[in-house]
Amino acid sequence: MNSKKHKSISYAKWGYAFIAPFFIVYTLCSLVPLFMTFYNSFFENYMDGLKQIGPNFVGLDNYISLFTVSNNGTIDILVYTSNTIIMWLMGAIPQIVFALLLAVIFTSARMRIKGQQFFKTVIYMPNLIMASAFSMLFFTLFSNVGPINQIIQAMGGEVFMFFNNEWSARTIIAFINFLMWFGNTTILLMAGIMGIDQSLFEAASIDGANSRQVFFKITLPLLMPIIVYVLITALIGGLQMFDVPQIISAGLGTPNRTTMTLVMYLNRFIGTSKNYGMAGAVSLVLFVITGLLSIIVFKSLIPSDKKKKKGGK
Amino acid sequence: MANNLEDYKIHTSKFSLITSRVFSYIFLAFVTFLSLFPFYLMIINSTRSNAQLQAGFEILPKEHFIDNLITAWNDTSIFFLPQGLLNSFIVAACTCLLGTYFSALTAYGICVYDFKGKNLAHKFIILVMMIPTQVSALGFVQIVNNLNLTNTYWPLIIPAIAAPATYFYMKQYIDSTLPLEIVEAARVDGSNEFRTFNTICMPILRPAMAVQMIFAFVASWNNFFTPALILDKKEIITLPIMLSIVRSRINSQAGDMGEVYMIILLAIIPVVIVYLFLSRFIIKGVTLGAVKG
Repeated sequence: MNSKKHKSISYAKWGYAFIAPFFIVYTLCSLVPLFMTFYNSFFENYMDGLKQIGPNFVGLDNYISLFTVSNNGTIDILVYTSNTIIMWLMGAIPQIVFALLLAVIFTSARMRIKGQQFFKTVIYMPNLIMASAFSMLFFTLFSNVGPINQIIQAMGGEVFMFFNNEWSARTIIAFINFLMWFGNTTILLMAGIMGIDQSLFEAASIDGANSRQVFFKITLPLLMPIIVYVLITALIGGLQMFDVPQIISAGLGTPNRTTMTLVMYLNRFIGTSKNYGMAGAVSLVLFVITGLLSIIVFKSLIPSDKKKKKGGK
Repeated sequence: MANNLEDYKIHTSKFSLITSRVFSYIFLAFVTFLSLFPFYLMIINSTRSNAQLQAGFEILPKEHFIDNLITAWNDTSIFFLPQGLLNSFIVAACTCLLGTYFSALTAYGICVYDFKGKNLAHKFIILVMMIPTQVSALGFVQIVNNLNLTNTYWPLIIPAIAAPATYFYMKQYIDSTLPLEIVEAARVDGSNEFRTFNTICMPILRPAMAVQMIFAFVASWNNFFTPALILDKKEIITLPIMLSIVRSRINSQAGDMGEVYMIILLAIIPVVIVYLFLSRFIIKGVTLGAVKG
């Protein structure tokens, strides 16, 4: 104990040296920009045609205009938040259901599914694909002259304009997100199921429980912490939804802004209209939402560290 | 009586095992179809000429693969595809090397040394792990503008040095695999601390670092949001930005669809090839990185 303390004193400076690059870069590239972003939200600062307006201090005006009814007759940020959450839910619900089913199938000791490696490789593959390329692909597949409409026509149907209908456009976006993420969720849930004490399953089967009972009475309750973790991280990812709807709708959120997400809105303020004041306000809203969600994840990660330290070597 | 009951039980459980197996394989086949069908369509369509694509859907490949490849490769009207592949590769390679090395270094520093604020540093990184990059994008773009770094790769590469998720993964891996006795032994032998990390500990961490490099490479290769705010010059832009240009071009005019499918294919293919070789490690890496304990 004593000798350890002695060593820790003499080597402490190396610890700082090792973590210094990370913290310096994080501060300069994320922390300072974060505060600059918030600072911007209190200023009027945009381009009106070719004329630069501001920056003038306006207090909370940007937040007020963010939450007042716009020219469109709606409170835009609420519309875009609900778009984001609707499209996220449309993808996330099937994602969790499919992932749970697949995880149970893969881990079932009774069924001994063959070709597991193949199936896992295949279902994880969409996750690695460039979201913009995937979206571009689906855009061409479902376009008015694309293969899907050609099939519909060949079967005697009429051309269906998938991207002019609110729900078909949203469904395609949600489907791409689902396809990209269900493999990842499956693998996480599988790890969770394999972490459950096997003797519980044996005991249940000796007591004559059928597979449905085992799933609802043992697997699901014990898996709940991991499902919650997966859901919250998925929600944080979902709030950042950008690539897919941006490419599918060419940045416009068509039809009628029903596929416009929060981050697309932010991107318009930073990139297109250069309205930095409003961009700052949108960023802060996004930060507060993800911050609250992150704290839940943070709390679920830190206690497990402590447990490990106590139980470990 | 008891025997009959046993027989009945075994019989039904066998029956239910077979049905659940059949159901499982049908479900797996369906999921496999879902996952592979887009790739199949993309590959088939990249072998067909624009006229063939307009004519209707077909199941078998045609003979225009090379034609489409040549068109896509040589088209310089709005961007230059080979340049885009190279640009994306440069950014992704630098990002994954820097990010993995420095994040591993940080994790090692926190695992191996005892110093004041070490727990705070760890908690801080985990707390910021979930904050999306988009939230600080505005300030970041302003800094980049002020330093005249727009249309350069520095703003995409340098921030990679601080990768909280990579740190978290490496921290867990080091905690469970790196014996501290090795570090002590190296000290006794008079090795400098940085040399100990680079020559003795890094080889032990190689499997985990390789997985993180793959993830970092893919994430950078696919990254769209930040590059789109920083790059807009034809010779500098990366692949996702090129794809967004292709998309907006389709809105205004009907282009050569064979070429469009070929561009999508070329943007995806490098990652798919790497994945097919390394899928085993990648899938293992997903579990190790994200699930606690």
